[in-house]
Amino acid sequence: MTAVDSRAQGGFVGRPMKRKEDPRLITGRATYVDDIQPVGTLWMAFVRSPEAHARVTSIDTSAALAREDVVAVFTGDDLEGIAAPLPCAWVPPGVEVNAPEHWPLAKGHVAHVGDPVALVIGVDRYSVVDAAEDVVVEYEPLPVVVDPEEALKDEVLVHPGLGSNKVHEWSLGGGDLDAGFAAADVVIERRIVNHRVAGGAIEPRAVLAEERAGHITIWSSTQVPHFLRLFLSILLGLSEERIRVIAPEVGGGFGSKLQIYGEEILCAWAAQRVGRPVKWVETRSEAMMVTHHGRDQIATVRVGAKRDGTVTAFHAKILADFGAYLMLLTPAVPALGAFVMSGCYRFPAVQTDIVGVLTNKFSTDAIRGAGRPEATHMIEVAMDQLAHELGLDPLDVRRRNFIAADDFPHETALGIVYDSGNYQASLAKLLEHLDVAAFRAEQERLRGEGIHRGLGFSTYTEICGLAPSRVVGPGGFGLQTGLWESALVRVHLTGAVTVYTGTSPHGQGHETGFAQIVADRLGCDPEQVEVVHGDTAAGPQGLGTYGSRSLAVGGEAVAKATAKVVEKGKALVAHKLEASPDDIEVRDGRWIVRGSPEQGMTLAEVAGSAYIPEDIPEGMEPGLEETAFYDPNNFVFPFGAHAAIVDVDAETGKVKVVRYLAVDDCGPAINPLLIDGQVHGGIVHSIGQALYEQVIYDEIGQLVTGTFVDYALPTAAEIPSIETDRTETPSPVNSLGVKGIGEAGTIAASAAVANAVIDALRPLGVDYMDMPFTPMRVWNAIQEGQQ
Amino acid sequence: MSSNVPVRLSVNGRVHELDVEPRLLLVHLLRDRLGLTGSHVGCDTTSCGACTVHVDGEAVKSCTVLAVQADGTKVTTIEGLAQGDQLHPLQEAFWEDHGLQCGYCTPGMIMAAADLLARNPDPTEEEIRHGLEGNLCRCTGYHNIVRAVSDAAKHPHAGRIPHPGPTPEGAAIGLELAREGLGA
Amino acid sequence: MIPAEFDYVAPDSLDAALRALAHGGEDAKALAGGHSLLPLMKMRLAVPTLLVDLRHVPGLRGAQRENGSWRIGALTRHADLQGRAELGIVGEATSLIADQQVRNRGTIGGSLAHGDPASDLPTILVAMEGTVSVRNSAASREIAAGDLFQDYMTTAIAADELITEVRVPALEDWGHAYEKFTRRAEDWAMVGVCALVRKGADGSCEDVRVAFTNMASTPIRATAVEHALRGQPLSSDAITGAAEQAAEGTDPPGDLNATPEYKRHLARVLTRRALSRAAGV
Ligand SMILES: Cc1cc2nc3c(=O)[nH]c(=O)nc-3n(C[C@H](O)[C@H](O)[C@H](O)COP(=O)(O)OP(=O)(O)OC[C@H]3O[C@@H](n4cnc5c(N)ncnc54)[C@H](O)[C@@H]3O)c2cc1C
Ligand code: FES
Ligand code: FES
Repeated sequence: MTAVDSRAQGGFVGRPMKRKEDPRLITGRATYVDDIQPVGTLWMAFVRSPEAHARVTSIDTSAALAREDVVAVFTGDDLEGIAAPLPCAWVPPGVEVNAPEHWPLAKGHVAHVGDPVALVIGVDRYSVVDAAEDVVVEYEPLPVVVDPEEALKDEVLVHPGLGSNKVHEWSLGGGDLDAGFAAADVVIERRIVNHRVAGGAIEPRAVLAEERAGHITIWSSTQVPHFLRLFLSILLGLSEERIRVIAPEVGGGFGSKLQIYGEEILCAWAAQRVGRPVKWVETRSEAMMVTHHGRDQIATVRVGAKRDGTVTAFHAKILADFGAYLMLLTPAVPALGAFVMSGCYRFPAVQTDIVGVLTNKFSTDAIRGAGRPEATHMIEVAMDQLAHELGLDPLDVRRRNFIAADDFPHETALGIVYDSGNYQASLAKLLEHLDVAAFRAEQERLRGEGIHRGLGFSTYTEICGLAPSRVVGPGGFGLQTGLWESALVRVHLTGAVTVYTGTSPHGQGHETGFAQIVADRLGCDPEQVEVVHGDTAAGPQGLGTYGSRSLAVGGEAVAKATAKVVEKGKALVAHKLEASPDDIEVRDGRWIVRGSPEQGMTLAEVAGSAYIPEDIPEGMEPGLEETAFYDPNNFVFPFGAHAAIVDVDAETGKVKVVRYLAVDDCGPAINPLLIDGQVHGGIVHSIGQALYEQVIYDEIGQLVTGTFVDYALPTAAEIPSIETDRTETPSPVNSLGVKGIGEAGTIAASAAVANAVIDALRPLGVDYMDMPFTPMRVWNAIQEGQQ
Repeated sequence: MSSNVPVRLSVNGRVHELDVEPRLLLVHLLRDRLGLTGSHVGCDTTSCGACTVHVDGEAVKSCTVLAVQADGTKVTTIEGLAQGDQLHPLQEAFWEDHGLQCGYCTPGMIMAAADLLARNPDPTEEEIRHGLEGNLCRCTGYHNIVRAVSDAAKHPHAGRIPHPGPTPEGAAIGLELAREGLGA
Repeated sequence: MIPAEFDYVAPDSLDAALRALAHGGEDAKALAGGHSLLPLMKMRLAVPTLLVDLRHVPGLRGAQRENGSWRIGALTRHADLQGRAELGIVGEATSLIADQQVRNRGTIGGSLAHGDPASDLPTILVAMEGTVSVRNSAASREIAAGDLFQDYMTTAIAADELITEVRVPALEDWGHAYEKFTRRAEDWAMVGVCALVRKGADGSCEDVRVAFTNMASTPIRATAVEHALRGQPLSSDAITGAAEQAAEGTDPPGDLNATPEYKRHLARVLTRRALSRAAGV
């Protein structure tokens, strides 16, 4: 394993530093999109289909247009100037993809509730809502298909023109599956449904666009400003340098803002048309309808194993419900899970077969974890089911199959190379905090009192740090992009530092974590280091924040750019102090000659000499700033061991998580505070899915969970404190040794909760049930179990 | 067409007089008319609490209060919580304990917590969790928020806000308005 | 979400408010805390043309003890009542409504006038056999709890009438419990059960009242349970036996979170729990 140098040089990396971004956020001075209001801003509102599937037979805009407060009304017929439909960026080589065209305003055909049919532009926030109600649309309803298994039969077509609802078939496998099953003593099969969820960022989406003299500026609540600029350029036929996208403060994303949305395109397009700034702020009811959903997979999982628990084959067949249209990464999401379908185990044969299907619901796409929570849920629930089938301890079955700690880098049967890991250590650490034997005794005692307590585990590894381009790009996995990251580090004359990153955070704390990395290397205080992000006009091209990539890819790019600055600075200092550059080191805030600390310069002095270049080495350019682009040679694979303890009220079916423990390993901590925060949030997101949240459509495609009343995000009152700990196994992939941690909690937790609920329910005759564990579903399962 | 109604209210210690549409929500008066954009809107159903401000010293969801209903009251928003550079103990604690990530829920969360601590200066973890049940956060998993409120409670004035009501001034506005029969 | 346009008045006397309501006709609505009405208006599920804001109407706020009863002004907020032990079940139930911000606005009068069967206070009023005083510009009258709630969000209060006061017996020597079953703490009741029990000197059940939230289009009394328990010893067997009758005759509407069958089951479980707690067994 490579040495980790990040701690060697200074004091800031590794410290739980308070966040630099917080002062503006806790005082109400931060700027989210809706907080920006250029003079003359007009408002945009949408007329959306109340039908899940229909032909639009007429649209009467006259009443709306007659209003004094309305400036324009547009329908799908007016979309000249929009050159192409909304993009899907996954084109897997050699795979046929049956994709419908997806226009930002429907052209005569709507395929889900909320499909936009017209947009209204008016003078203020309120009247534009009234005006949208004045647009009269007539629909001729068409048959609706909501259930993905029904949809596969093609009896009702979501897009009649496509001929079939089936989108594609895609497989990833390795090892000899047939031989693996033939060698098995037992084979278990489970149907595992991972239901549809929403991202639930508390800030709904918002877009503001302004055109001046052929240049257009778009403020959007997005995770991917650079992608948005690219697609605006393609769709609007505008040269990229004339487009500036700004993601100001973004109030959470969780994948739901990793998208190119029609509203973003239309806002820019409309601003061009009407010649004034145009703003659209999504309502929560809209967000529930038309901000992409996630998960919605039905899997059939077969596991073959020896009597001692050694797995011989693992096969997942997934039917993925894509909803009505393929959006940016829709079909890629289940495929991402396939890459880690062997979990943290030595499965000799693994295969994932995916079928994607269209339904009259809104699109699914990446939501926190994107395919990997689904895969981990399958694997970890199946490991428990297998252990139970064999009469073995679920932890023993896991241990028996763990990849050995000295077997890294480890190539799985799928040909994926896990960078580093020590699954035994994280599980052992978890068990330091949890006495299983004592738990079992207590469980027994409580059962006597009518309390059904359960314990469930999830040991996971995941694949993140999205990059490397050669693997995920057009010729590999099939994403139509490279996936590297960029950074520019600029030391100003005064020694102040601005860092530009191509990542685009929305709560993760990059401004602090990246500043810590830079400060240590440059010998300055993180307070002096400003991290700029989310503005395509500031800094180099970048790729955004998702897939737990920011630190492992973007952070490493920052480290690399900083290293270039350091190299130049050292040459300069060596020149000034008449020493060799190799002898210059940065220590305690000074650039000194090794061995004679009285000889040295501060960063401000170094920068001063670079910007007032009276005396710099021959051939050296003035100035002190450097750019780096970083495309790693592998993914990174964080891992960990989680445990959930739940109480089930068997009389009512209500489940409460009473304890949750997590040991995660994302390599050496840059800022432990930030890691814990990501872990807490990720776990609770997943507990939310397991116990409370579900996007539900009825049989005619109406959205039943259209608000935060029905789509039940957990509140503080539902959630216990989260007990966290860490192991630190460095990744050899990057110099920081780090791995992503933004999604790990979400990837791990649902299986731990599911296994705990099933553990609690077993004495009541329930051996398996799917999420969500809502009171009525659990009660129903108990009733069936008792029969 | 409904006719506009005059309102007079004190926000963060400053008195404002405006003419408003009756349907104007307090949150939009604060954001769009007074430029106080710290109070956020996260839902349509009075569920998320991102818009929480204090009216006469008590937390309310300003998305579900008409601006006209706030006539004659004293409103405190997140912008009014710090006194100059001196952060409120809750703000300090949220910062110290990493009680926020994207920050969108944070102003409402802090204002709700201030009401909680005013009612119950020494809450248990359970009481804190229930006291914040009207506020949603997607980022933090609540863990550090609960810790922050608990830490802030150690401060003697954590439940106190700078412009509570009804103060003599607030009461005077109310009385005066009642005399004038404004709002009718 | 934005309400449709409406006119607004905030009269400073009850008479003026009643006149404004009468003048405004069917499409005029009183506005108390606004925490039932405004959410509906924001979704445009309610579109009144005139709001008569009651906030300047004097004398409608506060709870007073009088001759074995509590007189509670219609504009008294949940927050004014929550957790007050002397108010018995009213103090208990108000602290379980929604969240603190909602309780800081919502009023008892508004809650009763709204008549939502998923609300908590209608059930409490029915169980306590309380009354509301209502007035229009011409006359005032008393409506007993049993007559107040007529159908889903429909009460006996006419469009030109206002609740001025809620009157409930103090029930000081009664045990009480309100079991509210929700998915999340802040949610509306999936099912709620209010139990009031008066224990005799010999430990038997001298009197008992049980009422349900969200088990019908109005709050309802569980007369079969009451009948089964009245006069019986307050043992856990007797309570369990009586609670078995809880769902008798109910026909609850199903929803996203609960089928009618599940609600009936919950009613039985929660009735047993509420009775046990109220009876202290
Ligand atoms: C997010 C949320 C969650 C909630 N959860 C619950 C809950 O769990 N349990 C619960 O019980 N309630 C709940 N509520 C409702 C809350 O308690 C309401 O505030 C209350 O029911 C209505 O009181 P109000 O004063 O706000 O009434 P308003 O909204 O002002 O009025 C409601 C109706 O009553 C009429 N009205 C008001 N006052 C009078 C009067 N004096 N005379 C005649 N008519 C009048 C109005 O015209 C209107 O039709 C919740 C509300 C919200 C927003
Ligand atoms: S915006 Fe007010 S509660 Fe959500
Ligand atoms: S910090 Fe993002 S929602 Fe709470």
